[in-house]
Amino acid sequence: MTATATRPPAAPTSGPPRQPRVISFSQRLSRWDLKVSPYLYISPFFIMFAIVGLFPIVFTAVISFMDWDLVRNSGEFIGFDQYAWILGQPQFWTALRNTFSIFLLSSVPQLIVALFIAAMLDRNIRARTFWRMGVLVPFVMAPVAVALIFSNMFGDNHGLVNNVLADIGISPIPWHKDPFWSHVAIATMVNFRWTGYNTLILLAAMQAIPRDYYEAAKVDGAGAFRQFWSITLPSLKPTLIFVIITSTIGGLQIFDEPRMYDQFGRGGAAQQWLTITLYLYDIGWGQWNFGRAAALAWILFLIILIIGLINLLVTRRLVRDEGRR
Amino acid sequence: MLSRRTKAFAAVAGAASFALIATGCASGADSASEEGGPVELTIATFNDFGYTDELLQEYMDENPDVTIVHNRAATSNDARANYFQKLGKEGLADIEAVEVDWFTEAMQYSDLLAEVPDSAKGRWLDWKEAAATDAEGRLVGFGTDIGPQGVCYRADLFEAAGLPTDRGEVAALLEGDWENFFDVADQYTAATGKPFIDSANSVLQGIVNQLETAYEEPDGTIVATENADIEEAYNTVVERAVPISAYAGQWSDDWFASMANGEFAAMLCPGWMHGVISGNAPEIEGWDVADVFPGGGGNWGGSYLTVPANGKHVEEALKLADWLTAPEQQVKAFANAGTFPSQTESYADEDLTAFTNEYFNDAPTGEIGIARAEAVTVATFKGPKFFQFHDALQNAVTRVFDGVEDQTTSWNTWVTEVSAF
Repeated sequence: MTATATRPPAAPTSGPPRQPRVISFSQRLSRWDLKVSPYLYISPFFIMFAIVGLFPIVFTAVISFMDWDLVRNSGEFIGFDQYAWILGQPQFWTALRNTFSIFLLSSVPQLIVALFIAAMLDRNIRARTFWRMGVLVPFVMAPVAVALIFSNMFGDNHGLVNNVLADIGISPIPWHKDPFWSHVAIATMVNFRWTGYNTLILLAAMQAIPRDYYEAAKVDGAGAFRQFWSITLPSLKPTLIFVIITSTIGGLQIFDEPRMYDQFGRGGAAQQWLTITLYLYDIGWGQWNFGRAAALAWILFLIILIIGLINLLVTRRLVRDEGRR
Repeated sequence: MLSRRTKAFAAVAGAASFALIATGCASGADSASEEGGPVELTIATFNDFGYTDELLQEYMDENPDVTIVHNRAATSNDARANYFQKLGKEGLADIEAVEVDWFTEAMQYSDLLAEVPDSAKGRWLDWKEAAATDAEGRLVGFGTDIGPQGVCYRADLFEAAGLPTDRGEVAALLEGDWENFFDVADQYTAATGKPFIDSANSVLQGIVNQLETAYEEPDGTIVATENADIEEAYNTVVERAVPISAYAGQWSDDWFASMANGEFAAMLCPGWMHGVISGNAPEIEGWDVADVFPGGGGNWGGSYLTVPANGKHVEEALKLADWLTAPEQQVKAFANAGTFPSQTESYADEDLTAFTNEYFNDAPTGEIGIARAEAVTVATFKGPKFFQFHDALQNAVTRVFDGVEDQTTSWNTWVTEVSAF
């Protein structure tokens, strides 16, 4: 528009002047309809997102540069002090270590097991629907309920696991004292809940692979393992990327399970199972220091962003691109 | 059209006035309150304060203009989150209950709370009232209950270890300072090979609550790491209490399970703990309460009612809070929910003095509570960060208990940690 308006009037024109096209208002309306409606139809999501997603994100960024008083609803601008404070806390680094440790202990076995179960369910077995629905049952349970049951099992003195170990003569495991074992216990809860979910997603993707590939491979004399490695895995690539990225985001934001792991929900006396989100919650709602909590939220956001990118690159490399075959 | 609408209005108005008569409804209460018309008051509590509908109805009968709506949060944590998100803004009830654990945080905003009328002052135990008075001398909390601590013990286990079992004799045995308490504990542990007390951190709690100054001074100076009393408390707990304790802290699944299986023989026991014990070990016979606490009295827990100053009916709310925390009503609340009164006058009330607890071998828990409440002489100054400091120190004790760090390392970790607060 502006380009047309500012065009010099003396611009040389070649050929006869064009007849101005007359378009009626209704024609114009239908043209707008064509161009604008798609945006209109998707706008509710984006408007909602702007209100409940974007605004809080931006406001969090603002608060993270302030010493914020929730009750008086005011703050003092202090620059990067909150970020510096967070990064200077040994607890933050412990929390970071724990988060990654729990993430690896949960995501890696979870995906391997999910892949295996999905591959088994993809075969011709009896009562297929029963088994397929069966793997999803743990997912239906509320995470807090899962955590309650497992916390009971992983009690140091009267827990089910240690009682069984004692019966067979193995010394009890210090579930709430040793960082590694507490991570194993928490990862178990996560795996219990999420393995079935990932299995179903992978299974759906496996079912979409054309059966001709397998028949051709069989004719060529490929065994079951070779078929899995050369056909199933490459075909699952987009799904695997999705599953890995969602479980990364979920893993780095793990909260319910460590919070319910002991009676205080603050990650243990020596921060054995303190995760980033747990630390964030404690700073925000335990200490009412929303400036620091906001800074930590942004640090977590950046960490997830970086890990997500690394994930994408690595996954792309690892799982061969079927397009280039 | 017009006539139909007026008719509808008339019908609604009729129904409304009917409702007004029936319940003292609040419609239009905002404007009416200034003229002394009907008022709807909201009161928000948590757990169980013992404010039953019958008790509130009594007030409504005496004051026909007032309707009370009682909202109960499940836990004090829910109430805490709600309180600080809305304080100074809108949405709080006319009367809000505050637990002593986060009362110090609320005291930071004492200017946003209405002052207790002079007529009610002096009703409470001195230390209860002192904790609710801010630096300017404004009393902003109506004390409700307290948790005077005695010692709960298993008479059967005491007997097996060769200790006295009668509650009077046990009180005489444990009378004295903490050293004496630990000596008895060592004796028990030596005889049975079992821990004497449930948790090391309950001892820390008991000792810190007997200090004048804990982590902060009234003028806001932080003395946590320099306070010799705190370091001594820590060392005492680590050296003497950890070896005779079954657990580092309370409230874990293991700890609950242990109450029934006789893992330990004694607990430091505020009044409300009686219900916790009888609820978790209903089959066990042998629990009893001794009228004693090491090193003087001790209090654990209790609550206040506060009236946010920007509420719509501050005057009426203050009146109701005044009435609810009057000795007569508090004794009724005690009978309803076991919330031990903080009002000195109620200690003469027979409903309280004659109260016995069947589970604890018919111990006169009312009398014991009164004696324990009067034994409390020190009001520890608790600044806004008390909870953070104390929680971190409890973690330090837990680290030693768990064998994660030794005594000195764990203390140094605590010093580093709290220096960043």
